[in-house]
Amino acid sequence: MKINFKSVLIILYLAFFVLPRTSFAQGLSSSELIKNAKQYDGKLVVYTGEVIGDVMFRGGNAWVNINDGNNALGIWMSASLAKEINYEGSYKSRGDSLEVTGIFHRACPEHGGDLDIHAQGLRKTANGRMVSERTNSDKRNLSLILGGALLLIWILTLFRHR
Amino acid sequence: MILRPRLEDLKIIGFYLGKIILGLALTMVIPILAGLLFKEKNPALDFVIGIEASVILGLLLIKICHTEKDLNWMQGMIVVSLSWIVAMILGAIPLYLSGHWKSFLDACFDAMSGFATTGLTLVQDLDHISYTHNLWRHLIMFLGGQGIVVIALSFFVRGFSGAFKMYVGEGRDERIMPNIIHTSRFIWLVSIVYLILGTFALGLTGIFNGMKPANSFFHGACVFMAAFDTGGFTPQSQNILYYHSMVYELITIIIMVLGAINFKLHYHLWRGNRREIIKNIETTTLFITIMATFSIVAVGLAQVGSYPGALLLFRKGFYQLISGHTGTGFQTIYPQQFIADWNHLALLGIIPAMALGGAVCSTTGAIKMLRIGIIFKAFKEDLKRIIMPERAIVIEKFHHIKEVFLADKQVRSALIITLAYIILYGLGALAGMFYGYPFLESLFESTSAAANVGLSCGITNTAMPAALKVTYIIQMWAGRLEFMSVFTIIGFLVATIKGK
Repeated sequence: MKINFKSVLIILYLAFFVLPRTSFAQGLSSSELIKNAKQYDGKLVVYTGEVIGDVMFRGGNAWVNINDGNNALGIWMSASLAKEINYEGSYKSRGDSLEVTGIFHRACPEHGGDLDIHAQGLRKTANGRMVSERTNSDKRNLSLILGGALLLIWILTLFRHR
Repeated sequence: MILRPRLEDLKIIGFYLGKIILGLALTMVIPILAGLLFKEKNPALDFVIGIEASVILGLLLIKICHTEKDLNWMQGMIVVSLSWIVAMILGAIPLYLSGHWKSFLDACFDAMSGFATTGLTLVQDLDHISYTHNLWRHLIMFLGGQGIVVIALSFFVRGFSGAFKMYVGEGRDERIMPNIIHTSRFIWLVSIVYLILGTFALGLTGIFNGMKPANSFFHGACVFMAAFDTGGFTPQSQNILYYHSMVYELITIIIMVLGAINFKLHYHLWRGNRREIIKNIETTTLFITIMATFSIVAVGLAQVGSYPGALLLFRKGFYQLISGHTGTGFQTIYPQQFIADWNHLALLGIIPAMALGGAVCSTTGAIKMLRIGIIFKAFKEDLKRIIMPERAIVIEKFHHIKEVFLADKQVRSALIITLAYIILYGLGALAGMFYGYPFLESLFESTSAAANVGLSCGITNTAMPAALKVTYIIQMWAGRLEFMSVFTIIGFLVATIKGK
């Protein structure tokens, strides 16, 4: 079999330059990324979590903070990708769950040395929702009991004053 | 012979403690109003329970211990130290009820951290906490920064001569104005003027950064309170990294430095005496120690190549340094990065910065600049004595609002407090090592707690041993009160047991 010299070069290029950059294209937690930041620096990673706080649009791009349950990481993405987000996590809502594929930076030169991910792709794994709040009856009852006790003490103090 | 405290002492302490508790209870009205505004029913209920428990305790103490007598020094000091412990417990009630803290001890940890303007936190799922609770977390920093007793003195006490004793017990020994009530009110005036300006600046920056206007101003107010009172809590779990903004970082640096300046200096600057900032021993010492400690951090970071380029190194290194030196504790890196990305030299630059702190009569903790300046002047005086002829009269002066001749009494006092802080940092580090944490990390976290800073290298989390949480609570309390009232309460307890 005749080996094409060009093909060998392409295989070697892929083996040494492209594959290492994509070798972490699998789900990584925020703790793993922060703890082993040097190892993943400049690599393509996959990170999954819930959108929390405001989606902050900056020109044609946006900052989206995504929390995987341990930490929240800043994701820099194009505004068109960010527009797919419908729910942001807060007290009254659960944010959309996203799977982000992008380049991880331990100390991003473009963003003041921040640890961040520059998203290349985005997949919504679960839709967010509004969280309805029901009055906690235990808390309501406790506040009524304490309120009654407070009223009683206040009345007693009035008697003593006279 | 040690005299056992009399029942009268306990009554006086109880009466004034009750008054301070009522003052604290009234501050809980603010989060209740926020809860109503943001339509957060359960969080508002948490604060209704908190306020009821506080008012019941306050009223009972006032009625049971009713007295017309004024405080003496010992009683004043004990009232202050107990006020902070009671404030921690009462302030923790609404936090614990929210369900965002795993145990009541964790809630107490955060309440003390807030009141003492430390910033170490054990909160869970902060990104889903209500506005009501988030406001309270930052409000307690604002209240604790001015001083819990200062609140009572400013608004709820009609003036009594024991006021100054409690004011001193809270780690402040400078009168800005002749009357201590007026001094307390001036501290509030400065803080509220800066609160309005700071919230506006941060709020507008947030909007330009893409945040929603309501969120932006809410964050602006919270971040201001944490920065000016050199606290370090933030509304989101990512700390200042959440904002991804250099302008935000710059504004918070300015606010942190303003918070680290003596209120007396603010008073003179407001009156147009701008030269004071150049001449004052505290500001010159602060400038020198910032430069010295940043040099260590910069060399450390350059050695390890943590950041690509000098500008990024400066932005990251200087922010953590100034945050540590002012006792704030804001971070633009994750806690684990201190260990993973910074080397030992860089950490050894941050630790003394945290240990030194800001100005006296400011919202910072730690040893403080006036004491460092005085110790340096004393060294200088002794060196001069060695070098100069025996007959020469050596006099050392320093400028702190006015020219002051260095006296042995000042040097002794500065050295005692400095030594007490060093022992406190060391004891906390020992406690950390006892539980298996490495020396440098233990020293870092201990210094951060005792100096009321709030920078963390990752030790502070819910999984750490309960005894270590209690150690850090004691460190935050003792560090904030600058020992005097803590020593008094220890003496009081000894007298109760051993006295006749």
